[in-house]
Amino acid sequence: MFEIKGLSVNYGGIEAVRDISFSVEEGTIVTLIGANGAGKSTTLRTIAGLVKPRTGRIEFMGEDITGKDPAYIVGKGITLVPEGRKIFPDLTVLENLKIGAYLRSDNIEGDIDWVFSLFPRLKERSWQYGGTLSGGEQQMLAVGRALMSRPKLMMMDEPSLGLAPLIVRDIFSIIREISKEGVTILLVEQNANMALQVADMGYVMETGRITLSGKGSDLISNDEVKKAYLGK
Amino acid sequence: MDRAKKNHLIRIFVAIAVVYLAVLVLEFTLRPTSILFTVLRKGAIYSLVAVSMNLLNGFTGLFSLGQAGFMLLGAYTYAIFTMPVSVKESERVYRYYECIVGFDTGSFVGLIAAGLVAAFFAFLIGLPVLRLKSDYLAIATLGFAEIIRAIFQWDVLGPLTNGANLLREYKDLSRITLPFTDIPFPPTLFVFIVAGVCILLIVLLINSSFGRAFKAIRDDETAAEAMGINLFKHKELSFVISSFFAGVSGALLAAFQYTVQAQQFESMMTYEILLIVVIGGIGSISGSCIASFLYIALSEWWLRGLDMGKFLGISAPDLFRSGFRRLVFSVIIMVIVLFFSKGIMGDKELSFERMKAFVKRAGRKKKETAK
Repeated sequence: MFEIKGLSVNYGGIEAVRDISFSVEEGTIVTLIGANGAGKSTTLRTIAGLVKPRTGRIEFMGEDITGKDPAYIVGKGITLVPEGRKIFPDLTVLENLKIGAYLRSDNIEGDIDWVFSLFPRLKERSWQYGGTLSGGEQQMLAVGRALMSRPKLMMMDEPSLGLAPLIVRDIFSIIREISKEGVTILLVEQNANMALQVADMGYVMETGRITLSGKGSDLISNDEVKKAYLGK
Repeated sequence: MDRAKKNHLIRIFVAIAVVYLAVLVLEFTLRPTSILFTVLRKGAIYSLVAVSMNLLNGFTGLFSLGQAGFMLLGAYTYAIFTMPVSVKESERVYRYYECIVGFDTGSFVGLIAAGLVAAFFAFLIGLPVLRLKSDYLAIATLGFAEIIRAIFQWDVLGPLTNGANLLREYKDLSRITLPFTDIPFPPTLFVFIVAGVCILLIVLLINSSFGRAFKAIRDDETAAEAMGINLFKHKELSFVISSFFAGVSGALLAAFQYTVQAQQFESMMTYEILLIVVIGGIGSISGSCIASFLYIALSEWWLRGLDMGKFLGISAPDLFRSGFRRLVFSVIIMVIVLFFSKGIMGDKELSFERMKAFVKRAGRKKKETAK
């Protein structure tokens, strides 16, 4: 469904991503794990069209989308839940959700109800400003906002960042739930343990390269991964 | 639409109707030279341009300082379009130049043309300038306004702009008539209607999905872009629309002043408008309107005495000399910025609920102090 071939990206004067290739099968959860500065976020931003790649090819459902505008890519069905949530603080929860559906011209009422059923907390707070929500609620809003564009592939950049362990668990159970609804998920995480538990496939990134790949359950018991990322 | 919302809308419309009716009644009862009319007219004109600036600075997060330039474009367009051909051909206005504009239009067409010309220039300027961020955008737009002002006083453009000389005898407020008749239009009401309709259009825009996209860009550009909002296209749109209404307000100002001269549209004017936006609250439409009437009332009326030797019954011709008013004004502004840094309204809008709550609070406070 989704494939990256030989992607290299320069970002901020350095070669942040060096010749990586990987693919995502429809309906699966795929995770990219790795330390700070490994190039995970840059990869996601490049797929979303926010950063232009130096070389390489990004294919989505058989179409070459390399270097296209973000609006085009969102329209094709790829959405990014940005790192640090990036909700709109001075818009209400409902307005935030509506912005997520900005490119759609069909009826979005049903999808608002769908998001509210996934996140009942957001429904209670639909008239509150985004900036007044707690960290966990903001992450829910960021996910809900991304879902409003009816994505086929949802990319999530560090959804567990800065959240309490209990809330992280909630977020991950929601990721599973969304995946069951048929949305393919590409997940970037530093919390390798949680990410590999939910993922079907995992890739380990180090200084811009993919150094390991395998099934989530295999990677979690891999000695190198254990030593480097799981602290065991 | 649910009932509460409907009732709310009805109340707003009633309130607006009352204001317009009051203006009409004043127009038939007070003498036409009353200072109150100056305040009302200029206040309404400044409301419009302040709201248009707020659309850009408050709702889209673009810090632009080109407002005076777009007003100048609007004012000149209006004056040149609505000046009768007979006046253009006589030597009364174009004394040193041969006017090259061989047509004239009514005031309505003049207003629309004023907006369109300003919008067109905004479109052109926006192409390079809107790629800049914050401070740089402010500098570039300020520079544009100054350049426009200089160009309009340029000799070579004399046959169009009359050089550095005045334009007059166009359709100013005393010459505007009811459509298809010779009956004069009540001038203050005319200003209120034009400004009111324009502000209503801006409010509708802000509450549309475009307005939401503008606010999203203001809150977080990266996130807005990731949601599929084309940053440049929307910034350009906001810039062009804001300038359109600045142009219309420039046209109104021309009609209000009876004469137009490029010299008047200096950067000081932009700062005045910026001040109104800040005092009213960045991101509040009603705040901008309230602040503009307050500002105009203060500068044109209540503080006049500070320049004329007598203020609040105190006569001190040595102290209250020309220019003292500006000094007092500066102090007021400093107090506002220090103690009400969010302006009168913050980013909230005036509503009946808020007013009720305010009266209640004030009443309670009074009781407490009485105890």
